[in-house]
Amino acid sequence: MEKRVVFRHPVLPFLLVAPQIAITLIFFMWPASQALYQSVLREDAFGLNTEFVWLENFGDLFRDPQYLNSLHVTAVFSISVAVSALAVALYLAVQADRVIHGATAYKTLLIWPYAVAPAVAGVLWLFLFNPNLGIIVYALNTLGYRWNHALDGEQAMALVIISAAWKQISYNFLFFLAGMQAIPKSLIEAAAIDGAGPARRFWTIVFPLLTPTTFFLIVINVVYAFFDTFGIIHQVTEGGPAGATNILVYKVYHDGFLGLDLGGSAAQSVVLMTIVIALTVVQFRYIERKVHY
Amino acid sequence: MHRPALTFAVAGAIIGGVVSAANAATEIHWWHAHGGALGERVNEIAENFNASQSDYTLVATYKGSYAETMTAGIAAFRAGKQPQILQVFDVGTATMMGAKGAIVPVQDLMAKAGVPFDPNAYLPAVAGYYTAPDGKMLSMPFNSSTPVLYSNVEAFEKAGLDPNDPPKTWPEVGEAAKKIVAAGYPCGFSTAWQSWIQLENFSAWHNVPFGTEENGFAGTNTVFEFNSPLHVKHIQQLADWQKDKIFVYGGRRNLGNAKFISGECGMYTESSAGYASFKAGAKFDFVTSDLPYWPDVPGAPQNTIIGGSSLWVMAGHSDEQYKGVAEFFRFLSLPMVQSYWHANTGYVPITKAAYDLMVKLKFYEDNPGRDIPILELSMNPPPTANSKGLRFGNFVQVRGIIYEELEAIWAGDKTAQQGLDAAVERGNAELRKFEKTQQ
Repeated sequence: MEKRVVFRHPVLPFLLVAPQIAITLIFFMWPASQALYQSVLREDAFGLNTEFVWLENFGDLFRDPQYLNSLHVTAVFSISVAVSALAVALYLAVQADRVIHGATAYKTLLIWPYAVAPAVAGVLWLFLFNPNLGIIVYALNTLGYRWNHALDGEQAMALVIISAAWKQISYNFLFFLAGMQAIPKSLIEAAAIDGAGPARRFWTIVFPLLTPTTFFLIVINVVYAFFDTFGIIHQVTEGGPAGATNILVYKVYHDGFLGLDLGGSAAQSVVLMTIVIALTVVQFRYIERKVHY
Repeated sequence: MHRPALTFAVAGAIIGGVVSAANAATEIHWWHAHGGALGERVNEIAENFNASQSDYTLVATYKGSYAETMTAGIAAFRAGKQPQILQVFDVGTATMMGAKGAIVPVQDLMAKAGVPFDPNAYLPAVAGYYTAPDGKMLSMPFNSSTPVLYSNVEAFEKAGLDPNDPPKTWPEVGEAAKKIVAAGYPCGFSTAWQSWIQLENFSAWHNVPFGTEENGFAGTNTVFEFNSPLHVKHIQQLADWQKDKIFVYGGRRNLGNAKFISGECGMYTESSAGYASFKAGAKFDFVTSDLPYWPDVPGAPQNTIIGGSSLWVMAGHSDEQYKGVAEFFRFLSLPMVQSYWHANTGYVPITKAAYDLMVKLKFYEDNPGRDIPILELSMNPPPTANSKGLRFGNFVQVRGIIYEELEAIWAGDKTAQQGLDAAVERGNAELRKFEKTQQ
């Protein structure tokens, strides 16, 4: 049965939607069209000397080994952040769901990291892992493992993945928990009576019924890993060492604002936008089919 | 309802406002990149200028780091809201020089405003960096520094070395560092600004080119040459020294300062501008001395080059405002103001008159080592084609490339030859991109 909301006044719906459309136009459409325009230009930093160069900026991009490295780094980074944030959040949600005493306390504490700004989260983890002063580094040293993310690219990648995932776990946790509350207890009890153990109950009943939530969170987490992690990268590694954490969105900033290469940076923005749109379309097309509503 | 008293009061206020607005001082905006203690010094200079006359009000605004300040200035120009004075760091010089419609050369500004200006009053090593090939000075030097060697006196004594005789050559640095490590220190020496000190200044100090076309002064069709056998030998030596902790990489820019201040490293090459923070933060005495060199290179040491920034005048303002800028630049060049700035920071005085004043005041006798940067800059005058400075476009990008390749070398992923070759190749691509935007 479909429910439809009917507005009697003909113009009212448009007026209600107008603010959101205005925001989308001003904060997305306008900058995006500027980026598209600038990506086919070559100009000096001040805009005094502009030349129309068709798709040369894009060509230069894909011939540049640093850009290809950035694509690879972004893929590794996004997948790692999304998978680890979702897996840990799911585990925590399952555990928190079973707690009876002090449930509210656990849930509140687990949600707090989401309130921390990305740059601040980056700085927090930077302090913990500072090669000279960090507590965790001290502990690793006693185990014989030398940590210096300023020199070792893999360690730098691990550090930013941990910082980025840590923040997002709270958000995912909240949704998973809410999703699990919506599962009728009768289903689980019936399975228990039939002799299914906790793991079996989880994988055959709870997880499939969580798929709408999981699907939503995958989309959100991927977009987060692509864009909202800029603050963390900027604070912790600045794309280094040697480009090991140079994700696409950071490269756009670095080339555009520090390198003052506006054409190249705009071309990167356009490619980044295309990638994320494509990913979202793919997710909606293929993964949504597997979602049980 | 008719209220004559109120009407007259309002009219009087409006007229009074218009009259006082016409007599108000012309505002001049200065965007700079000095925070913390240096920011306070800048504010003091601005306040003193405002107190010294009543025609102009200088408003100094801190805009963030050098890169952020330059980016803010460029964005403001594109939006038509640029300040009168913009502080731009050394690596942005080529970009600013190429933006002919966006800037007013300082020499022209002073001439038009009728303020006397003599380029020869400035230290050649400083003024030369910001002078066009035709001899016209384009921007006003503000804070210039040059690298020096800092030595931890306590570490030297523990290692059995004489702190009054710091190492002069790189082999001596290696020997001293070995002894310091043997005395129990986790690090012999480290460096800040690895590109500026260990490659750019290294080239000038040894009188070898960093790039063709007089390091870019003579044209934009320049290519890099910092992968020569001498450069490779030096970088490879530093990389090899890491094994015994004789050299320890401290991080980009001057993040490694913590290693020296904490006493971890016995020696440290850093800008003379680091003096202020070391004096404030280090719990030990330290001495400054000349940058080390390789004794087997003929012509070494020649002179070092400056880093720091200069003040650029942006186009698009009124003649009245430009007169104010000229008056401020005249104020800034006064020996008293230069001496104040130099004495309270690690930056060098930019005029000969200021340096002479400091000598007369016996400043260098009371503060030994504070004249090392100036002596380094003016050693063996005049500067050669290799030691006037650098002028490369897109140099911010190039520095980033050099940092990446050097980090690969420090990590042992590449040899010095491989890393420097890659840096030269990638850097040249950036130079070609810049060259195209200048046509």
